[in-house]
Amino acid sequence: MKKIVFAALVAAFLVGCASTPTEAPVEDKSSSADPAATASTGASTSGTTTAGIGGTATGANPLKDPNNILSKRSIYFEFDSFAVSDQYKPVIEAHAKYLAANRNARVALQGHADERGSREYNIALGQKRADAVKRMMTLLGVQETIVETVSFGEEKPKNLGHDEASWAENRRVDIVYAGE
Amino acid sequence: MHRSFRLVAVLLAFLAFPFAAARAQLTIEIVGGAGTAIPIAIVPFAGESAFPLGISGVVAADLNRSAMFKMVSPDAVVPRPVKADDVQPDAWRARGADAVVVGSMQPLPDGRVEVRFALVDVVKKTTLAAVTYTVAPPQFRATAHKIADVIYEKLTGDPGVFSTRIAYITKSGPRYQLLVADADGSDPQTIVTSNEPLLSPRWAPDGTRIAYVSFEAKKPVVYVQNLATGGRQAVANFRGSNSSPAWSPDGRRLAVTLTKDGGSQLYIMNADGSNAQRVMTSGAIDTEAHFMPDGQSILFTSDRGGSPQVYRLNLGSGAVERLTFDGTYNVSPRPFPDGKGFAFVRRDGGRFQIASQDFASRQVQVLTNGPGDESPSIAPNGKLILYANEVGGRGILAAVSSDGRIKQRLVAPASDVREPAWGPYARP
Repeated sequence: MKKIVFAALVAAFLVGCASTPTEAPVEDKSSSADPAATASTGASTSGTTTAGIGGTATGANPLKDPNNILSKRSIYFEFDSFAVSDQYKPVIEAHAKYLAANRNARVALQGHADERGSREYNIALGQKRADAVKRMMTLLGVQETIVETVSFGEEKPKNLGHDEASWAENRRVDIVYAGE
Repeated sequence: MHRSFRLVAVLLAFLAFPFAAARAQLTIEIVGGAGTAIPIAIVPFAGESAFPLGISGVVAADLNRSAMFKMVSPDAVVPRPVKADDVQPDAWRARGADAVVVGSMQPLPDGRVEVRFALVDVVKKTTLAAVTYTVAPPQFRATAHKIADVIYEKLTGDPGVFSTRIAYITKSGPRYQLLVADADGSDPQTIVTSNEPLLSPRWAPDGTRIAYVSFEAKKPVVYVQNLATGGRQAVANFRGSNSSPAWSPDGRRLAVTLTKDGGSQLYIMNADGSNAQRVMTSGAIDTEAHFMPDGQSILFTSDRGGSPQVYRLNLGSGAVERLTFDGTYNVSPRPFPDGKGFAFVRRDGGRFQIASQDFASRQVQVLTNGPGDESPSIAPNGKLILYANEVGGRGILAAVSSDGRIKQRLVAPASDVREPAWGPYARP
């Protein structure tokens, strides 16, 4: 059972990664930076431009660069669980760093649950997942006021299937920046 | 008096009913009925063939659908009785009927119609009810439901719910709709249309307003909408998530789940959204509040014990009592109108089922088989529980009697139906 769950999680993670580039248009036409360098220096190299707000970003947007860890926007959870697995800590750390460096950025953490069980309870479960990610971010120095945690419960599945692999993709928190 | 019967095959109660074919309308199939049914003959009303929608057909469909009655054909009895005095008890007893319904429809000069009906107990040889209604043709259906309510109450001892309404949510492609229909599924009216999910419709006790959750602002926000005007107000739109509205029995307050102060916690506010007060502080999920009929306590779901279970909070003392102990997932409590127990959703293995629990004995009765049963809503007479049944991602509505013996399926063509809410007796 554990193995199956783990395999599902890995599968979900991979699918999550693979599907990320389709979520947002890439507009880093001026980017010539080494992706690895961008990733390692985090968001601080992007200066004062912030994603979405005012739409005046020039140059590379690290949030939308598929080679940047900041383009990873989903944290996946096990059934009935709201514990953030270690494998997602680098993603959360990268976003925390970006938010610390971009004081005007605002972010919504959107919690989700799989389709099983009560719709209202699943809203609360999704909320608890979003709150868990927020707690990690605030421990990493992100200001509490710039992060809003909300939940979609089971209402916005990423995968419309009805098996464990699909459900694993739907138990998640999506990181969405204001204006996106 | 009672004769046992069993519906082995699916009985399409509406096949006999010519006006059920409106688009997206729910039709009700009885999928299982067991135990006693009262044999009753509904004689076509004198003069009703002059009107496109008669009365007796709707009455018969209502009673039939409840599975509490067995229809006895009146065809062989001539001449047809019109008034209680015309009914010859022995002739009907010989046909197996315990009760007979007769009536007439008489046009009046002002365009309205006088509808008379009588209910005769042919065993005791007494008239149980005789009522005259003066109505305009658009009220024929409502009048038929009223007559069915009278018959149901006289013969079963419980008030009928044929005149009540239900609300539910449909999803077709990307479009969500909140609809209100008569309890038999007829006359569906769209109340809200949205491209984002809608959830948790809850009737105000006076039947004039519905609270619900909408995601149109990319997060859950609680609205209250006036059914007559269509006007609505966001009553809970705080930072974070706002969900799970529940009306107080007097209709003046709403319990809601808010996350504005961290975590999903219960608040009670005025029905206009003012003065939201947190009722309790816990480090756990508290949600799905429902007021008990006396308004003195609320049932809710919490994971404070490590798994989601049903609890009761006394609003006066603040005392909290855990009510469910069997299994690791018991959620969505809804009190019965008599205050003696509650319906809820339990998980058994991977199956989600509707169950009921008695407060005094703590006895649990499992009412449905699942696998995806959720969102129970109890009829105002406490006799039927409407719920959503999700199979393979497509939802239908179903109903089960509170004793578990009668099961109905409410089928809407080609859409996904969920989140049923049974309205109150009050019908403005």
